[in-house]
Amino acid sequence: MLRLENLHTYYGLSHILFDVSMEVNAGEIVCLLGRNGAGKSTTIRSIIGLTPPKSGVVEYKGTDITREKTHLRVRRGIAYVPDDRRVFADLTVDENLQISARETQNGNHWDAERVYRFFPALREIKTRRSGHLSGGEQQMLTIGRALMTNPDLLLLDEPTEGLAPLVVKLLAEQIAKLRDTGLTVLLAEQNQEVSLQLSNRVYIIDNGSIKYTGSVDDLRANEAIRRKFLCI
Amino acid sequence: MDLLPNISLAAFCQQLLVGLSRTTILFIVASGLSLVLGVLRIPNVAHGSLYMIGAFLAYTIASAAGGGTFGFWLALVLAPLGVALISLAVERGLFCRLYEREHLMLLLFTFAFTLVFGDLVKLVWGSDFRSMNAPTSLQGSFDVLGFPFPKYNLFLLIIGPIVALGLWWLTNKTKIGKIAKAAAVDREMVAAVGINVSWVFASVFVIGCFLAGLGGALVAPTQNITQGMDHGIIIETFLIVIIGGLGNIWGALLGALIFGLTDAIGILIFPQFAIVFPYVAVITVLMLRPKGLLKSVW
Repeated sequence: MLRLENLHTYYGLSHILFDVSMEVNAGEIVCLLGRNGAGKSTTIRSIIGLTPPKSGVVEYKGTDITREKTHLRVRRGIAYVPDDRRVFADLTVDENLQISARETQNGNHWDAERVYRFFPALREIKTRRSGHLSGGEQQMLTIGRALMTNPDLLLLDEPTEGLAPLVVKLLAEQIAKLRDTGLTVLLAEQNQEVSLQLSNRVYIIDNGSIKYTGSVDDLRANEAIRRKFLCI
Repeated sequence: MDLLPNISLAAFCQQLLVGLSRTTILFIVASGLSLVLGVLRIPNVAHGSLYMIGAFLAYTIASAAGGGTFGFWLALVLAPLGVALISLAVERGLFCRLYEREHLMLLLFTFAFTLVFGDLVKLVWGSDFRSMNAPTSLQGSFDVLGFPFPKYNLFLLIIGPIVALGLWWLTNKTKIGKIAKAAAVDREMVAAVGINVSWVFASVFVIGCFLAGLGGALVAPTQNITQGMDHGIIIETFLIVIIGGLGNIWGALLGALIFGLTDAIGILIFPQFAIVFPYVAVITVLMLRPKGLLKSVW
């Protein structure tokens, strides 16, 4: 569904991603694991087009979208949940969902009502200004907002960062439910526990390049790799 | 009853009404400026030029329609639309390529446009004064406590709240308004939910410039339409936007009230120094609240 081929991405003059290649197949949850500053967010931003790569190819459903504008990529069915949440703070929860609503042909039919059924906690605060929400509530909202665009592929950038363990558990359960609806997920995480429990396959990124790729079980068995790239 | 030994209550009330009608014009122009500043982050110095073009266009349209009542109403509708059209061309042709640049560049760019627009107005309308009449139904005056109060000013007092209400509806009740609010704070994330931010900016820019044109068309029957009427208004409205809180439409209303009323009342109390009063008010506000009265979006 998504294929990255030899991406090189820069922030201004600093070279962040080196020759990153990945593949995500329909229906999978693929995890991009790495420490802080390893290049996870930049990879995600390269895919959604907020920091387009200088060279390499981003291919989605067989189409080269490397040079396409962000909003057109979203309309193709890619949704983005940023690591710093970035709810539209001046708008209410409900308005955040409303302005993100988009009809697509894929037949997912996410609307505000379905988001509220999916995250019942949001329904109770739907008239509250989203800037005043707790971290967990904001994270549910950003995921809900992404779902409102009716995606086929969801890019989740560190959804559990800075959240209480109980909220992390809830989010993990909901992400698993999303996979069961047929949504494909690329999950960037530092948190091994959550991500390994959710994912089918893993890429490990460090210093801007992919160091390891394999199934979750292989990685679990490979203590050396985990120690080398993931322990702080 | 006298407020001050030589000022009657009637004169005070009359000046208050005059001040409020001036406030209307200032608010309409300043709210457009504030909208563009708040959402697009462009300090549009050419906003005053669009106000001037609005006034000249109103004059031309009204004259072409044979003056009179019909001409006035036609001008009031078409002149702001004309200004909006000009701004759409400028935005799509030039501004939309510059959003990523720093503010100073944008400021210089819009300043260049004040010069271009100034010369264009000179080319098209020459450097003579123009004037246009209010429709007969709005000529003459009412008695307010024994003093005459022009009907046209009353008309402005009605238009002001209508525009304010319209803007409130636009920013709070419509989808484009909500999107604009979101884009003001985080344009990247707005794009990331599939919205074409470029067109959101174009719409907001055009609405803001429409308000400049509307201000110009409304002011046309009350004063001489001349070269250079852009300078005064841009300074006044920028001050209003600054004391109100950058990008806050209600701040623009509050700022316009402060500016319009201190001006009008100042004339009454201390005519020799009348021009100073609004600026003293601005300085006072900025000393007490350097970021403006209401929440700034910057």
